[in-house]
Amino acid sequence: MNFTLKIWRQKDAKSKGAFETYKVKDISADTSFLEMLDILNNDLVHEGKEPVAFDHDCREGICGMCSLHIDGLAHGPGQAATTCQIYMRKFQDGATITIEPWRSAAFPVIKDLVVNRGAYDQILQAGGYVSVRTNSVPDANAIPIAKADADESMDAAACIGCGACAATCKNGSAMLFVAARVSSLAKLPQGRVEGARRAKAMVAKMDELGFGNCTNTGACQAECPKGISIAHIARLNREFLAAKIQD
Amino acid sequence: MNCFLYNSSVGKKLVMSISGCALVLFIIFHMSMNIAAIFSAEAYNTICELLGANWYALVGTAGLAALVVVHFAYALLLTVNNYRARGKQRYAVTAKEPGVSWASKNMLVLGVIVVVGLLLHLSHFWAKMQLVEILGGHESLVGDQMIAATDGAALIQYTFSKWYNVVLYLVWFAALWFHLSHGVWSMFQTAGWANDTWYPRLKCVANIVATLIFLGFAAVVVVFFLKANCCCALC
Repeated sequence: MNFTLKIWRQKDAKSKGAFETYKVKDISADTSFLEMLDILNNDLVHEGKEPVAFDHDCREGICGMCSLHIDGLAHGPGQAATTCQIYMRKFQDGATITIEPWRSAAFPVIKDLVVNRGAYDQILQAGGYVSVRTNSVPDANAIPIAKADADESMDAAACIGCGACAATCKNGSAMLFVAARVSSLAKLPQGRVEGARRAKAMVAKMDELGFGNCTNTGACQAECPKGISIAHIARLNREFLAAKIQD
Repeated sequence: MNCFLYNSSVGKKLVMSISGCALVLFIIFHMSMNIAAIFSAEAYNTICELLGANWYALVGTAGLAALVVVHFAYALLLTVNNYRARGKQRYAVTAKEPGVSWASKNMLVLGVIVVVGLLLHLSHFWAKMQLVEILGGHESLVGDQMIAATDGAALIQYTFSKWYNVVLYLVWFAALWFHLSHGVWSMFQTAGWANDTWYPRLKCVANIVATLIFLGFAAVVVVFFLKANCCCALC
């Protein structure tokens, strides 16, 4: 398969970026999207040109490092998949593919397609944890947890913090990420204890870092590679409002 | 001001949710009241008399005006915040995400259309009814006839005899339909009263409420237009 790639190139955070067009040829339909970019970079290095910078790590959809806005969609075409799980057979032979970095004021571009997602780490540091003794593994059955609650907690904990939710939201809102973290802990007895403090601290940090307000479009849920539901946003709203009213 | 209703994103959305809920309840009351005009001019005018420049009607009007101002002011505030959060550099290519409604992404535009329609509506009716009574009058000149401030039925008859008013009001109601089709379920989500089981139900209820409101208001407009312009059994 042959493709024309329109890729955002930006020297560093302060430089002005622009699209550059590249051609890639003889790509196997079973090549992953990131492997296709590797092939492009290999060609660029052989030509003595600067390779395209993009984030990647595990390449099996669990680390949250890959990003990319491909043809208008976060993580490209395909439901519940990260960019590393997208294969070139998803595209038409001869297609022009536009590749952009995440666009959100809280995720500034560092270089080419790499953005700084440190804002999510700061939100986590504000309260996305439990302050309990963690130096030994507790007995799994010491605290009984209903199966439905454990399942819901695990569904929320599937969040890999890739940033697709804020990147795809027309309001640049990080609510799905914050909600997933708050919800995964709120459904478990260990996390329940600090539920009120956590919801208030994480929402306050999210607002302070300049993320937008959720208007319930559901675009985050549609583009989340882990299929996390906006029902967790409803729970975050409940947790936050109940905590504030009790203050 | 150190209040979560003003300085937190979730608190600001709660204000939108509660004020929106109150406005929806008023709209349902207004629509029900209008339906009376189709069946009996006398019944409708009796309601108009009750809602003249009485103290309770004035308190209600002031409350409604405050709700509209709060809902609209917060909408502008949230939109400015969201515009900034999106950043200066926008995507060159965008695509429609599956399952995301057009209305949910255009609530401000729809809201502006609703407010413009509201101003037109106030000039057609409120300015000729309650405002006249507040200013101490009892009737006002509408077209080439004097209409009493309590004769709402005559005002409806006059206003919707004009085809251009019918078109403007139907466009207004259509914008309101889209606004409510997202707003009604969204207010439950913002207040935290939603989950995966209830989303289909809430969205269904939102569509039913929006459609009933559209049909209820549109019926009055269309019936009075036909009464004024058609030589048929309705005349």
